[in-house]
Amino acid sequence: MSIDATARSDSPADSPAASLAPSRRATARRYGALRPDWRPLASFGALLALWFAAHHLGWIAAKYLPSPLAVVERLMSEIRTGTILDDLQETLRRNLSGLAIGAAAGLALGALLGISTLVGRIVGPTVLAQRQTALFAWVPLLAMWFGGGDTGKIAFIAVAAFQPVVIGTWRGISLVPATYRELSDVLLLSRWNYIRLVAVPSALPMIFTGLHGALIYAWLATVGSELFLNISPGLGGRLNQGSQLFEIDLLFLAILLFGLIGLGYNTLAERAEALLVRWNSR
Amino acid sequence: MNAPFAAPSPAPAPHARRPALDIRNVSKAFVVNGEAIEVLSNISLAVEAGAFVSIVGASGCGKSTLLRLILGLDRDYAGEIRLDDRPVDGPGPERAIVFQEHRLLPWLTVEANVGAALLHSGLDKAMRRRAVAEHLELVGLEAFAKAYPAQLSGGMAQRVAIARALANRPRFLLLDGPLGALDALTRLRLQEELKRIVAHEGSTALLVTHDVDEAVYLGHVVVVLHPRPGRIAAVLPVPEEARSDRSSPAFVALRDRVLELLGVTRRTG
Repeated sequence: MSIDATARSDSPADSPAASLAPSRRATARRYGALRPDWRPLASFGALLALWFAAHHLGWIAAKYLPSPLAVVERLMSEIRTGTILDDLQETLRRNLSGLAIGAAAGLALGALLGISTLVGRIVGPTVLAQRQTALFAWVPLLAMWFGGGDTGKIAFIAVAAFQPVVIGTWRGISLVPATYRELSDVLLLSRWNYIRLVAVPSALPMIFTGLHGALIYAWLATVGSELFLNISPGLGGRLNQGSQLFEIDLLFLAILLFGLIGLGYNTLAERAEALLVRWNSR
Repeated sequence: MNAPFAAPSPAPAPHARRPALDIRNVSKAFVVNGEAIEVLSNISLAVEAGAFVSIVGASGCGKSTLLRLILGLDRDYAGEIRLDDRPVDGPGPERAIVFQEHRLLPWLTVEANVGAALLHSGLDKAMRRRAVAEHLELVGLEAFAKAYPAQLSGGMAQRVAIARALANRPRFLLLDGPLGALDALTRLRLQEELKRIVAHEGSTALLVTHDVDEAVYLGHVVVVLHPRPGRIAAVLPVPEEARSDRSSPAFVALRDRVLELLGVTRRTG
């Protein structure tokens, strides 16, 4: 019975990881570093088994640890009659809006910092100092400026996304190899052509590293904003609901969803990055 | 620079005309750890329009530095460099260079790499495209216009770099050991091509190399540099016979003379 249960509960949670596996293998093959891809699945399975054991053998009270099956059931009932899909959509909308604003601002300022040494000298130290500020220290200030509603949340996510992008873009553009800069001088490239043909493509890997970081930071900030600011529709709200009403299955479900989306983002970014690196060094 | 070809081209003989490139008493020092190290000492060289000048010397004799000065990339030196009787003041469209490495931008196609040299030319798009196609044809790579640098062999990439340097029809072509990193066979083949192409374009060429055979085979004149600091040891005209046949007595004699000047004696019997 428990084997059957494992197999069943495996499928919904496991599928993203499973679909991820072949691409990872392909990537590994492409770069000649063969990495057996059963290991992540093994640890995942072990964790799941431990979870089952802890619940069904009564190691942890059911009040604090639901059965994995209960979480799956909660998901089903949520999809049928609940609001979880709307919450998910709200959360993703917030996340992507903040990400877009923050990343766009980061790209623009980072490019300016990288191109103009003057701007770099004037604004650069401030940007670096801003980076040293712990992310969540911004929450109270942004709540005062933008309120605890949607605007405040998006502002916070944008700040989180901004930081890695501005640094990556700045560094990437200011670190264009001297040989390429010399070439641009010899070819008499205008500033715009230099940016377009030399600086940005050369900086792209670093810009992308920044964007990858932004994706992760923005996701963290999304969770944080929904927990620390006003409760509103969204996964974070459900997380709060789960803990306050002691709906332990809902709490676990929300955590799992946060984790899976984070994993999905990361996979997406890694794949895009691999593609980009191949393009960039064709 | 609307008429890049305004001057009546090559005719590599005129000794009476004033030199196209005039290097006068140029000295250059770098400061390393607070100490000035002289890399070029009192270099004077006059190059006629249409001439092919080979500059040969051991590594560290300042050959590449001299090209950087002529390009206008480095203006911190003593002496004077004049092009057509005007002092060099920064890079200009009448000068182009082929570096030792091809230095193509890996994210641009072959034609875009060559086209990058024309962005400043004032030509319209169609004319630029035609110039790119012409020069790719000149180096025999018209079939690779859409390829990326990483898809090319080292010799092909260097030919693209040559096409890029020539695309703007520069009157001065500076060659910074462009064949040095290639395998021996490719190098021989590209020497032939370089000779043909430079003659075809009518540019004044300055080749820096440490390959004595290459210097003698390609140059109308071979300038031998001594190192530390780089200074001119000899300026040797190359007889036409030596330029056309690598096994001719004239070629061998001149090559041995250059090797001797470089401190490598070739006495085999």
